[in-house]
Amino acid sequence: MSIWEYANPVKFMRVSGAALPWIAAAAAICLPAGLIWGWMTPEDYKQGATVKIMFLHVPAAMMAINIWVMMLAASLIWLIRRHHVSALAARAAAPVGAVMTLVALVTGAVWGQPMWGTWWEWDPRLTSFLILFLFYLGYMALWGAIENPDSAADLTGVLCLVGSVFALLSRYAVNFWNQGLHQGASLSIAPGERMSTVYKYPLYLCMLGFFLLFLTLLLLRTRTEIRRRRTAALLAREVRA
Amino acid sequence: MMMELGRYAVPVLTAWGISAVLIVGLIAQTLAASASARKALEEVERRG
Repeated sequence: MSIWEYANPVKFMRVSGAALPWIAAAAAICLPAGLIWGWMTPEDYKQGATVKIMFLHVPAAMMAINIWVMMLAASLIWLIRRHHVSALAARAAAPVGAVMTLVALVTGAVWGQPMWGTWWEWDPRLTSFLILFLFYLGYMALWGAIENPDSAADLTGVLCLVGSVFALLSRYAVNFWNQGLHQGASLSIAPGERMSTVYKYPLYLCMLGFFLLFLTLLLLRTRTEIRRRRTAALLAREVRA
Repeated sequence: MMMELGRYAVPVLTAWGISAVLIVGLIAQTLAASASARKALEEVERRG
């Protein structure tokens, strides 16, 4: 069996329809559990109660970058192999990514004011995240502005390739430049600084919850896009008849 | 619960409140769009 079979809309609808309730149920358990656990954590000795913002900020920022990477992969599949489901999946993911980026920006600003003494700084990571958010908005606007769906998929695919520079920059900016205000990665497999398990485990659960929420929304929204495409095709057939 | 947040109650509640509004709004919009697309397709298929 080949993975490309799932590029068939009928097969995709059947498989995603069967998987969706299970993924949605897992998200409905993991996300609230992680957030409640995070809310119950004690104050940090440096950050005080603002450490609770991390349970939203870190998973949202992680998803903001990873969703763009997923869109890049889906766009490349469209551009190379012309599978419509992949183009529709990329389109379906964009609003979720935009909301995740906005959550990361807002929670970062609200955390930064008491901790850094400023809501915003033109720091490499913050700036690249803002540009990533603008790319999400531009990507969605481009899909809406072009009538021909294949042309829209082509042009948004190219835009996604360009925006990937900022998605990667958002992830690695703290490693490239040392002058930024933003601290290094909260979680790392590298030896050295370690986050206390009191915060680490609920954070892992929140990250899993955010990922499952994204997967649920992605499947739902891709199914919606396929239905819209099918409706448009049937209406066009009616007009021709 | 407010007591536990101490002097950072406002930023913590603001961050969680705005995030909740954005995420719940996204879920609601996704479900509404899904229901609307399903209904529209069923209607066209019934006609044809």
